[in-house]
Amino acid sequence: MPAKKLNLRKRYGLLTRGMGWETTHQKMDDVFPYDSFEGIKITDWDKWEDPFRLTMDAYWKFQAEKEKKLYAVIDSFAQNNGQTNLADASYLSAIKLFITGVTPIEYAAHRGFAHLGRHFRGDGARIACQMQAIDELRHQQTQVHTISHYNKHFNGLHDPFHQFDRVWYLSVPKSFSEDALSSGPFEFITSISFAFEYVLTNLLFVPFMSGAAYNGDMATVTFGFSAQSDESRHMTLGLEIIKFMLEQHEDNLPIVQRWMDKHFWRAYRLLALVAAMQDYMLTNSPMSWKEAWDVYFVENGGALFEDLSRYGLKMPKYHELATAEADHISHQIWSVFCSLGNATGFHTFLPTEEKMAWLSEKYPDTFDQYYRPRFEYWHQQQKDGTFEFQKGLPQLCQVCQIPMVFTEVQTDPMQISYRVTEHGGDKYHFCSDGCKDIFEHEPEKYVQAWLPVHQIYQGNCGGPTLPEVLEWYKFTPEDIGNYIGSQDHARWQEWTGEDKEVKQA
Amino acid sequence: MAVIAKDGYIDLVRDRVENFHGNQLVYVGWDDHLLFSAAQAFPLPPEMPFQTLVSEVMASVFNDHPDFQKIDWERAEWVLDGESFSPAMEASLKENGIGHKSLIRFKTPGLKGINGLRL
Ligand SMILES: [Fe+2]
Ligand SMILES: [Fe+2]
Ligand SMILES: [Zn+2]
Repeated sequence: MPAKKLNLRKRYGLLTRGMGWETTHQKMDDVFPYDSFEGIKITDWDKWEDPFRLTMDAYWKFQAEKEKKLYAVIDSFAQNNGQTNLADASYLSAIKLFITGVTPIEYAAHRGFAHLGRHFRGDGARIACQMQAIDELRHQQTQVHTISHYNKHFNGLHDPFHQFDRVWYLSVPKSFSEDALSSGPFEFITSISFAFEYVLTNLLFVPFMSGAAYNGDMATVTFGFSAQSDESRHMTLGLEIIKFMLEQHEDNLPIVQRWMDKHFWRAYRLLALVAAMQDYMLTNSPMSWKEAWDVYFVENGGALFEDLSRYGLKMPKYHELATAEADHISHQIWSVFCSLGNATGFHTFLPTEEKMAWLSEKYPDTFDQYYRPRFEYWHQQQKDGTFEFQKGLPQLCQVCQIPMVFTEVQTDPMQISYRVTEHGGDKYHFCSDGCKDIFEHEPEKYVQAWLPVHQIYQGNCGGPTLPEVLEWYKFTPEDIGNYIGSQDHARWQEWTGEDKEVKQA
Repeated sequence: MAVIAKDGYIDLVRDRVENFHGNQLVYVGWDDHLLFSAAQAFPLPPEMPFQTLVSEVMASVFNDHPDFQKIDWERAEWVLDGESFSPAMEASLKENGIGHKSLIRFKTPGLKGINGLRL
């Protein structure tokens, strides 16, 4: 009798739930040692609803198709010298930040999901995590392959993974990933799949991907497109895991709420780098950080939490502050990058007249009053030849590791927000109540933070002088500093025969 | 509350004062001068006189601001770890109660930054 073709439901059952069993030689708790110490109570893993019902064989087929298309585009991009179609070579600072700051997070996500794909007790959840582990590895790999084309022509793209582990501003994404990776599996997935991928993902993807589309960067658009259907699967997983935990046991709610509060704030702080990228590095900006925040967090996020309120889950703590800060953070972060541009692996440049007009329009309540004057002052200094990068090293927040540049936006936007606590006889400083709360809940975790400024002073970063530290970062003198006058700029001028200034629309 | 993390956390305080080779960390922030986007971090010997902190260490960074030369130090207002204080200029950091990772903030009355804009 010929084998009967199984229907989708049966196949799905066999290829996921059929993969697990109740162990007898070893205790289940020994086989799955990581899924209970966080305090999350799961009474019935079979209640796990696989959000996308994808079997492994179908998964491989879809992914192979996507890869084939992507690599065809990458090839033709290279053959047609796609890099010459960029809006301006200054735009590549965004791509340099992406490959050094975001691509390694993809790899960290891969590691985390690979762990979950082994250690969740429920087979349905395990399979979903295995797929995501492969997705994230694919994202990392395709980003490296795509962007390697730019590496042939421009500086600052040569060693992202080395830099991720060392560079002062890259400790922000690194510590974010490692905070999640060192947590238990439920906290990890709440952080990455829910807080990051569900609640905040559009705030990362829109600026980079539509930013790429607006600036002639077809390479980035293509891998973004290729990752998009994976990401929608990841978002669904994020939502499912939250609902699953909340439905399984009422004791899970306070734990999930605390993780939500924590990882919302962690991810939001990380996105401050994206905000600066979006408002300042892009030659043409599709939308401002504030507009994106209003649409993707205030509106869409608000609706999501409205929906989740039936489980008792509330909006993440300090979300009101994040909304108030939307008028400020991109300007604050770009200011600190511009003043320390001799130590950034991408080129910095001051906003042009056109860009400042755009910023005034997008930030009517803050840009002209608080931020335009500093950029105009630095412009004048550059004209006079008196501009100098700042000489010292900034104080960093113990948790988010961003220089302490954030201000009291609700009371006095020109006053830096300082928070401090004591632990074990030492002082710890924070940029915000959000970061302070995170520390105070698990101080033993964050007293171990590898703060780049402190590490330099402890003598662990190649030497005491800036050139030594930069060499240890593998930043060459050509990678750093102002865009105007850089090799990238010179090369761009050779190709285009123009663009003596930064181009910004 | 203890850490809830995968492999347990050993007792490691990465920024103990012993790790700074005889120095301690001191942060200095100049209020109303946001051209310096953040307070500055310095590794300093605890025996350093406060005067040296002002005229050498702080000057090494803040002197790039046109206000720095105009400061009347008699009138400067100091805040150490959240409390206002009057430093003894000849005494050491330690004698002034400045510990490892202390934050010193100072205001310079009459000097409100570039064009009075607190920059
Ligand atoms: Fe990804
Ligand atoms: Fe993802
Ligand atoms: Zn922080």
